[in-house]
Formats: sequence, structure tokens, C-alpha cells
Amino acid sequence: MFTLTNEMMRSIIMDHYANPVHKHEPKNDGYAFVHMHSDNCIDDINVYLDIKNDKVEDACFTGIGCTISTASTDIMCELLIGKNKEEAFYVIEQYNKMLREEPFDQDALEEANAFVNTSKQAARIRCATIGWNAAKNLLGENK
Amino acid sequence: MYDVYEIRKQFPMLNGKKMQNKPLVFLDNASTTFKPQSVIDAVSGYYTDHNSNSHRGDYDLAYDMDQTVINARKVIAEFVNCEPNEVVFTSGATMALNMAAFCFASQVLKSGDEILLEEDGHASNILPWYEISRRTGAVIKFVPLDEKGKVCTENVRKSLTNKTKIVSLAAATNVFGYSIDVETIAKLVHEVGAYFVVDGAQSVPHIKTDFKKWGIDFLAFSAHKMCGPTGIGCLIGKSELLAKMVPLLYGGGMNEMFYSDGSYSLLNPPSMLEAGTQNLAAVAGFVEAVKFIESLGIENIHKHDVELHNYAIEKLKQNDKVIIYNADAESGNIVFNIKDVFAQDESTLLNYHGIAVRSGNHCAKMLVNYIGLPYTCRASTYLYTTKEDIDRLIEAINNGGDILDVYFN
Repeated sequence: MFTLTNEMMRSIIMDHYANPVHKHEPKNDGYAFVHMHSDNCIDDINVYLDIKNDKVEDACFTGIGCTISTASTDIMCELLIGKNKEEAFYVIEQYNKMLREEPFDQDALEEANAFVNTSKQAARIRCATIGWNAAKNLLGENK
Repeated sequence: MYDVYEIRKQFPMLNGKKMQNKPLVFLDNASTTFKPQSVIDAVSGYYTDHNSNSHRGDYDLAYDMDQTVINARKVIAEFVNCEPNEVVFTSGATMALNMAAFCFASQVLKSGDEILLEEDGHASNILPWYEISRRTGAVIKFVPLDEKGKVCTENVRKSLTNKTKIVSLAAATNVFGYSIDVETIAKLVHEVGAYFVVDGAQSVPHIKTDFKKWGIDFLAFSAHKMCGPTGIGCLIGKSELLAKMVPLLYGGGMNEMFYSDGSYSLLNPPSMLEAGTQNLAAVAGFVEAVKFIESLGIENIHKHDVELHNYAIEKLKQNDKVIIYNADAESGNIVFNIKDVFAQDESTLLNYHGIAVRSGNHCAKMLVNYIGLPYTCRASTYLYTTKEDIDRLIEAINNGGDILDVYFN
């Protein structure tokens, strides 16, 4: 069972916001990418996936976002790298279940469990899912 | 001066409404405003007591509805000082500005003419002109903003040329709330033979508007930003210019006669520009909103906004983490950021404390590009805002914790 205290969740989010590991330009031009813009006109990011032979070789993002969108997208990149598509879809689905307050596989989400309270701030669900929706679209296009 | 605490009793949204389980503080009035009971009653009264169509039904209910619409034009005309037949009902300021572009400017613009706009303009006073320029070959130009992000008269003067045909500016801007000298600019615009369209969405609810004295050609505004219903607003236009317009919509209530050979004749403005059944419930509510504003006095409302703005600025200045972008604006808009905090994170935190403010670029997307304004938070007051509301804002900014408290408290 993957359990996190509030303090741990807080520092996970702050860390990935202040020092995102995967917020950078793609390493080459072989990445699939999608531009995401939230309709409340702030979060504005590009998400890049390097998918080869059914496997996510690399994931990164660029752009402007709030704490929640930046940290959640960075953690997502971390989780998706090295997974095959089926595994990647599974992680994304678990994350969406968590945000919908449905039963989900905590172990699959690792640090992304830090966003478990997002549903308390309905207006921020868009921020917590913007990168994840982008990845889901990219994975879906690359069948 | 009116008693703000007495006034608040008339607004259901200000009596017991909570957000995040805390008493609501509404500081997003530049976006939309709450409605007093008189406006709500007028809207529901249309459906419960006066339900009928306008345009000459032969029964009493319909006659009464016609009188309501005629009276509404009169009340609004007196409020902004124009003639009743210069009041065209629209769905709001956006539609009104689109009509100024597509129904009027389309008739006078030719290739190479210039349309003069402002870089801090709201999307609704930029995009219709982009599209009309694409269709006519007219060229878009911008009045350079001064170092504070204001449109000043001198820069308008310098930007006008003998090719300028349309000038469309906000009397008060939606981000910083700076207002312009409409009357002087109108003279300059007319000296070069251009037409002056004024976006009044942010000014009409707050500042005395005088269509005739200002000498402008068109004025657009919305009822919902001045305690009125959504879905209703006005295009005010000089009657001789309204007559030159080509309607956007054709149908009932705007034609005089039509024939099988394809010919038709239209009614005079404003009817010509109001095809189909109008939003009559909202018209009824709009009238009550104007009456409500007039009962308080628009000058008093403006004074109230400015007092609250200055009160907030004074308090915010005491916190050295707060960056203020429009300290000198004579407006209820307070535009700010907290150092090293993303604007949307701050507005989320304020939501957690029950306080509604807007974050982002406030539909003025070019401000970000042209003067380097980052995304900001905008708190905006109106006639019912109190110093206690401002105190709640300041307390939340100073001692309200950070974005992650929202998630983990």
C-alpha cells in the first residue's frame, strides 16, 4: 500500500513545481506533441512524448502553468517514461479515477497520489488533468 | 452618499451565500455583477404576469409589452443621454461591438483604410475588427500604450491619419480600469473624418456616460455588469448612422414588406436592427437595473469604487510581497500579484477563503505580449462592496497560507 502523509504530499507537489525534472524542450524532433490550453485562459503547455515500438521512451513538457498543472504534468512524465502503452493508459485511468473520487490503484500512481485532494477545489481539476489529457491523446494517436 | 449596508439587503447573493463554506466575498464585478431583488422580480414578473410578445398584438397584454419596450428605450436613453430611437437592444456589449463592425464599418471601409484600436483591448473589441479588416482590406493599427499601460489622448492624436476611418476604444479598460478623455478624443477622431466607437462595458456601470456631450458615434454596453440580467445590452448609435447600417439578422419585427420577386423593405432603426423576438424578460430587468443605479447616483457609485480601490491599495502596499499594477487607477479594479506566486494559485487560495477574484489575462491577451504584463489577479469592486470585503481580501493575502494549504488543510 502506498501511503503518504499530508506533509509528504505537500513537499512532492512543491518540489515538482519549483524544480520540475521534465520541463524542457524535447531532445530531438521525433517526439509527438500536443498543445493544451485551458479555457480559463491561464495554463498553456505543450506535452511531448517519444513513443518507439509501443513504449514511451521519453516524456517532457514546456509552457506556463500553475503549481498544480506544472507539478502534476512533471510527475506524469516521470510515471510514463519506460512504460508501454497499455501500462501508460492504465496509470492515466487510475489517476482520472482518483480525481473522480472512485476506487483506484494507489500503487500505480506513486507520487501522483499527492493530488488526491484535487476534487475539493473543483476549479483546479482542469489544471490537474491538462497534461494527463494531453498524454492520453498522444498515446491514442500513436496506435 | 448611500448606505452600502442597507443596499446589500436588496441582493439575495449577498445575504448568506457561502463559497468553500465561508461567507462569500465577491470581487469579480468587472466580470459580472449581482442583481437586486427589483431586477429579479422584473425578470420573473415578465414570466408570471406579463408574458407576451412585443410588436403590436391586438390585445392588452401585448400592448403593455410594447409599452414596456418603448419605456425601456426611454429610460436607457435618459441614462446615457441619447434619443430613445438611438437605443438598439443586443445580447450584450459583444454583439453591439460586432454590429458596429459588421453592420456599420463594413459599409464605410475600403481597402487601405485604417482601423485604430488599443493593445489592451478586450477580445470583443479586437476580434470583430480583425475579421472586418480581413474582409475589407482595411488595416489594423494600435494606439501605443504609455509606460503605465494607458491610452492617452496625445498618443491617439499621433496615431490618427487621413486614412483612419474607424477608432474603437474602451472608455474604461477591463484590466487596469484606466479611463480615457472620450470627449477630446471624439473631436480628434472627427477632425480626420473617422467614426468613433466606444466600448462602454466597463465604464457605463461606473462612470457618468453622456453620448451627446461626448459626441461619439457608437457606444456598446451590457446590462449584466450593472446589476441587470445577462443576455441583454445595447448598441447606442447616432440615428443617421444607424440608418446606414446593414442588419446582421433578418426576420420578423424588422421588415416593412416583402414580395415574391425577392424585394423587401425594412423598418427604420432601431427596429430594423432587432430581428426576432427580443429578450423581453431581460429588457424588463434592464430597466430596473438602470433605475436602481440612478437611485444611488452613478457619481456616488464611482466615488465608492475609487474609495475602495484606494483603501485596498494602501493596505496592500504594507505587504512587500504584493506587486500592484494599477495603484493610480480611478477605478474599482485592483490588479496585483504576490511575488513568486502564480496568479492562478493565488486566486485558488482566495477561493479557499471564500473570495472570488479573477486571474489570468482578463481577455486582454495582447497586454501580456506588448507591455510584458504577466498573468495577474484582478479584484474588482462594485456599488455593494464593503471595506470589510477588502479586509477579508487583505487578510487572506497576508495570512491565508499558500496554495497547498487549500489541498491539505
